[in-house]
Amino acid sequence: MSSILITILSLSSMGIVAAIILYLVAQKFKVPEDPVIHDIEDALPAANCGGCGYPGCRNFAEACVHTDSLDDLYCPVGGQETMDIVANLLGKEAKQTDPRVAVIRCSGSFENRPRTNHYDGASSCAVASALYIGDTDCPVGCLGMDDCVVVCEFEAIYMNRKTGLPVVIDENCTACGACVEACPRDIIELRKQNKKDRHIFVSCINTEKGGIAKKYCSVACIGCTKCFKVCEFEAITMGNNLAFIDSDMCVLCRRCVTECPTDAILEINFPPRRTKTDKEKTTLLDALMKRDE
Amino acid sequence: MSKMLKTFRKGGIHPAEYKLTEKSPVEILPLPEKVTILLSQHMGVPAIPVVSKGDTVKAGQLIAHGRGFVSANIHSSVSGKVVRIDSIPDLTGYKKPAIVIEVEGDEWEENIIQSTDLRKDITLSKDEILEKIRESGIVGLGGAAFPSHVKLILPKGKNAEALIINGVECEPYLTSDHRLMLEYGEEMMVGISILMRVLNVRKAMIGIENNKADAVYHLKDIASTFTGIEVFPLEVKYPQGGEKQLIKALTGREVPSRKLPIDVGVIVHNVSTAYAVYEAVQKNKPLINRIVTVSGKSLKKPSNFVVRIGTPIRFLIEAAGGFPENTGKVISGGLMMGKALNSLDVPVIKGMSGILVLPENETKRKQVEPCIRCSKCVSVCPMGLEPYLLMPLAQTGDFYRLEKEMVLDCIECGSCSYICPANRPLLDFIRLGKTEVNKIIRERN
Repeated sequence: MSSILITILSLSSMGIVAAIILYLVAQKFKVPEDPVIHDIEDALPAANCGGCGYPGCRNFAEACVHTDSLDDLYCPVGGQETMDIVANLLGKEAKQTDPRVAVIRCSGSFENRPRTNHYDGASSCAVASALYIGDTDCPVGCLGMDDCVVVCEFEAIYMNRKTGLPVVIDENCTACGACVEACPRDIIELRKQNKKDRHIFVSCINTEKGGIAKKYCSVACIGCTKCFKVCEFEAITMGNNLAFIDSDMCVLCRRCVTECPTDAILEINFPPRRTKTDKEKTTLLDALMKRDE
Repeated sequence: MSKMLKTFRKGGIHPAEYKLTEKSPVEILPLPEKVTILLSQHMGVPAIPVVSKGDTVKAGQLIAHGRGFVSANIHSSVSGKVVRIDSIPDLTGYKKPAIVIEVEGDEWEENIIQSTDLRKDITLSKDEILEKIRESGIVGLGGAAFPSHVKLILPKGKNAEALIINGVECEPYLTSDHRLMLEYGEEMMVGISILMRVLNVRKAMIGIENNKADAVYHLKDIASTFTGIEVFPLEVKYPQGGEKQLIKALTGREVPSRKLPIDVGVIVHNVSTAYAVYEAVQKNKPLINRIVTVSGKSLKKPSNFVVRIGTPIRFLIEAAGGFPENTGKVISGGLMMGKALNSLDVPVIKGMSGILVLPENETKRKQVEPCIRCSKCVSVCPMGLEPYLLMPLAQTGDFYRLEKEMVLDCIECGSCSYICPANRPLLDFIRLGKTEVNKIIRERN
């Protein structure tokens, strides 16, 4: 009986002594921390995706606290809402940033871009791209393996096996930029999110001369400048035989889409076309005025 | 043989040899209609064209000037007219600058000695020889195509004790070096003597794998008439042709990680490079042709050809009996380290030692399965790396860890992928990791 008592007493006294030592050490080496960091971290989406440029949400929260202005900081997953909450907590001003979404700038499906050889190496775009031109003659087009799908943490990209091209699910996309980083051919671009997920963009990044580009892909941008000439909003720029539509300038008037001879400009999530009426012309004017405001 | 043959100790594999063309004498291939000469056939900076469209050129005329120290001159391999200077798909399919020449006749530069008689006396001084080698655009013909003159100028404070000549040819199928040693052995020996003079060394060691016994005996005979050159038969083991493996086999010295052979007192050159040096120094002939093995079990007539640089590969395959129907892959280089081509219109380049035409059933990659941790890849790696670990690190993008795991030591021999029972694409990802790690290191500096 006494041995049990001795055991209990000795162990608990050792425990108490250790607890006192630990308490004193904890007091001595205490790191004072701004409690706001914790609050901000709670407000963040906890995706730890790295889309903000910091390794995780915690680091982003620390950066928010330690900086004077929030202009350079933006959480693409939480968006403007989250940034407003963060700004509120800190008593700072959050910059207004448009939400963005990823688009795939290549339309080289099996149908549009004939395969010239068969690749059977490691299933990775990065490996294939470093090795050779790919299974078509296009040196910049989508390689159709899953690099962008694998890195997406929000299930926002899937591979369409019929076309061999990835597809972005706009609702899920947080514009974290992981796919942009992963794509060895820089096909994926983050563009402004428009109402009803509408997009107009040049779905090609090929810079070769028109005749050559057209040979290996029927929907390549051939740099004919037709869209450039028709655009009244200076949203389109030309360079290296390639047109580029600036999503911040574009008012989604769709005139360039009909003008493109190779169907390289895509319009997504638009209602079917009607013949042009006076009403539509006025909407166009409205759009122009809205932008100028 | 009573004595144990020399070889390297760590790792290595024994792929089937398939040396189909070892008995076929070297044939001179007729000229094609057009040659495409790429301006970046060597490691380092691409050469700058010095001719323009419409110019007539002679065989051996300088058409592109090597820019900077690590670069090589490029000469026209035929006589004719420059019809195009443009970007043309190279071996990877990506477009690179090239010069296209339409062949007219076969007129050579006047100072090139075309006769085949042996010129043994070395009359030039060390500096003159070096200048000739640089001018002639000679690069390492074993495959890496590193400009040779760079290797011959020793860094300050470093001394070479011996010159090692690589006649190993450990790749399956390839026999171009084997035939060269048999048919141009004496010329090659003179080339070796020239290299010895430039490097100021007294000793040269030729390493040849023992499956080329005829070449070993032939060269041993010739070597007795030259001073300081010795021939060593080596045990057959892949990748003995790797620079570091060959040094280990012949001298027992190990080149430390990220150091050069000169750090252990040796310089390594290929047998074909030695022959090219002979031609450049003794015959004024720049590097405009080379021996290429065209082989494959389904080919009608596998052969060794002397080919002008820039000849389309289609032309070589036609000469070897035409393109077989069931072909799965056409590979430039050896079976282990070569690269599959995506077009037959790509030209022969200086570093191309073979073209392999392989049937579909031999080339198909098998289903990739999960790693079973058998560690076979570790045991065959000649550099002592752990491929099973490097691959997932490259896949997940942990490049800092990759650097610590010495990924840059990898010589890309492919032994790991060859031996893997789960058919994992180990080398594919290790290569990707190497590129990324190199990028990180470049940014750091």
